[in-house]
Amino acid sequence: MTATATRTVPPLVLISGPEAVIADRALGATLDDLRAVDPEVEVIRLFAETYEAGALGMHASPSLFGGAKCIVVADLDEAPDELQEDLLAFLAAPEPDVTLVVTHKSGQRGKKVLDTLKKSQARVLEAPAIKSDRDKTDFATHEFRAAGRRATPDAVRALIEAVGKDVRELAAACQQLVADTTGTIDEELVARYHGGKVEATGFKVADAAVAGSAGEALRLLRHAIATGVDPVPIVAVLAQQLRQLVKVGAAGRGRSAEVARDLGMAPWQVDKARRGLSGWGPEGLAEAIQAVAHADFEVKGGGRDPVYAVERAVLTITRARTGR
Amino acid sequence: MSVWRDVIGQDSAVATLERAVTDPASMTHAWLLTGPPGSGRSVAARAFAAALECPRGGCGECRECRTAVEGTHADVDVIATEGLSIKVEQARELAAMSALRPSVGPWRVIIVEDADRLTERAADALLKAIEEPVPRTVWILCAPSLEDVVITIRSRSRHVRLRTPPAEAVAELLHRRDGVEMPMAMYAARAAQSHVGLARRLARDEGARIRRRDVISLAGRIHGVGDAIGAAADLASIADEESTAAAAERDTAERQRLMEVLGADPSARTQPPHIRSQLSGLEKEQKARATRHSRDVLDRSLVDLLSVYRDALILHSGAALGLVNQDSLPIVQGVARSMSAEQLLQAMDAIGTARERIGLNVAPLLALEAMAISLRVPR
Ligand SMILES: [Zn+2]
Repeated sequence: MTATATRTVPPLVLISGPEAVIADRALGATLDDLRAVDPEVEVIRLFAETYEAGALGMHASPSLFGGAKCIVVADLDEAPDELQEDLLAFLAAPEPDVTLVVTHKSGQRGKKVLDTLKKSQARVLEAPAIKSDRDKTDFATHEFRAAGRRATPDAVRALIEAVGKDVRELAAACQQLVADTTGTIDEELVARYHGGKVEATGFKVADAAVAGSAGEALRLLRHAIATGVDPVPIVAVLAQQLRQLVKVGAAGRGRSAEVARDLGMAPWQVDKARRGLSGWGPEGLAEAIQAVAHADFEVKGGGRDPVYAVERAVLTITRARTGR
Repeated sequence: MSVWRDVIGQDSAVATLERAVTDPASMTHAWLLTGPPGSGRSVAARAFAAALECPRGGCGECRECRTAVEGTHADVDVIATEGLSIKVEQARELAAMSALRPSVGPWRVIIVEDADRLTERAADALLKAIEEPVPRTVWILCAPSLEDVVITIRSRSRHVRLRTPPAEAVAELLHRRDGVEMPMAMYAARAAQSHVGLARRLARDEGARIRRRDVISLAGRIHGVGDAIGAAADLASIADEESTAAAAERDTAERQRLMEVLGADPSARTQPPHIRSQLSGLEKEQKARATRHSRDVLDRSLVDLLSVYRDALILHSGAALGLVNQDSLPIVQGVARSMSAEQLLQAMDAIGTARERIGLNVAPLLALEAMAISLRVPR
């Protein structure tokens, strides 16, 4: 994904897949490689949305001064017929000094161009969707590994809890950690950089509540609220953590990797939920989830004191954990 | 034949409106028709308009009647908004239009199908027109209930209340008007609890029937907390499917309408840039609406689920007739056997709480989970 050594770029490149972060990075790496060979390479970007018929042929034809060109056609999957026809015409008679890079997110549109590109030995760079926490764990792990860095599983977990909602943010966080720190990336380091995030706070409160530490959970919660954190996302994290406990509890004793795959969770989340489940029984979980739903109603305007609503939910959770 | 024949189960409302057509002393220039969703407000409004335009007071056969019901009569304007609210600019246009004399018929009729979506400012723009009407103009405003309409408008119009029609009447309408076989029409009318539009959808779309059955069979199948969390996820995804299916039809129709308005060639695979930009604007609007719509669909699923517990309660009382889920008797019987009357009432409360919470923006999945936990029954 993040190639460090310069590679020769073939005349045709296809970046295929919906994940914008990876697609952008593949495009960036391709342009870097081209510039390494010829710093003067002219980059022309064409967009499906605003494409005018004939533009591709015009840009591809050799200019007065010669020199290499790279034409980037974004979003073939949204391309109007004119653009597709112009691409096919180019592929039938490519210009020697032009590198063509095409991106395609998903779907059937532009299939003829895709097939022709592949038949013409285009280099295909995949940009698969990153959706589940499992995908995100793989992504972050790969990011660190590609940069020649080691990250502990706990660090990856903490990072995904803190910034995993948005893949772009996750990618940026990985890069920042790589750039700003040295040595092994551990949980403490992640907490120093990203521990202040709402989600991270929510997870800490949830962890303490699920573990039955009322005092710790309330202290963290009050601190978060005092520093201006919105209670709504904290409630969302509480709900999500309890939901995972129930799901993992109901999934039985299978290997964590298998359970994780069935539930669309990351294996570490399964392990964490399994540890969290000790001390919990079904009635307790039932009561806890209902308390959180009630709190969500109150923080969204159904109650007069949103902070008190969350505190009460946290207390109910810690009390519900008595093995029932 | 009469233009009122599709206005089903509304004898007293129809009597009031008919009297207004024949007796000038009973006529007024602003009407407010209220009734629960599916009770046929818009059908009643159009029939009233037709009766006003018809030389024979609503024969149901003449050109005036037909065009008024279709919404193409030159003097009948039907304002139905697809958006979330009726904007002030639109209201000003309406006010200006209401000042015009009728061109062919005796009345200029303006039907506002979603008077509940008039913003305060839009209502203000209409107020003067409604307050000081031109002699031959009639306003017919429709809304789910009185409380949904801005008070200034409410206080200046005569109120006619529509009720939920009996299932038999809805079934008969589906049979007569839409050619649905009687047993299917009866099932659909009962299952939709007399909501005419929903009943028609159930009668025509097998997918909708399957999804409804999936929803009601959740009742009585929730035993452990794990089942509850699973059932909540199922409910959320069934509602998702249903709203996607329903939206797909309407979205395509809107797209075609817009293409017609723009004079675009629908067979062309690629549209010129200015039409593409209009179409992408429409897509954005449709996406925004989808969120709201999926909440409505989820609420409808909860009404379906609720009906099983209500039916079970009826079985407890010894009666076995008039069940909403007559065709799924085994499901209802199973629930009735495993729950006491007290537990059934608690279950109904839990569903009501979930509906209220989702209406107030509680995360739908969380609200459903809390509800499903309350619906657990011993194995
Ligand atoms: Zn007539």
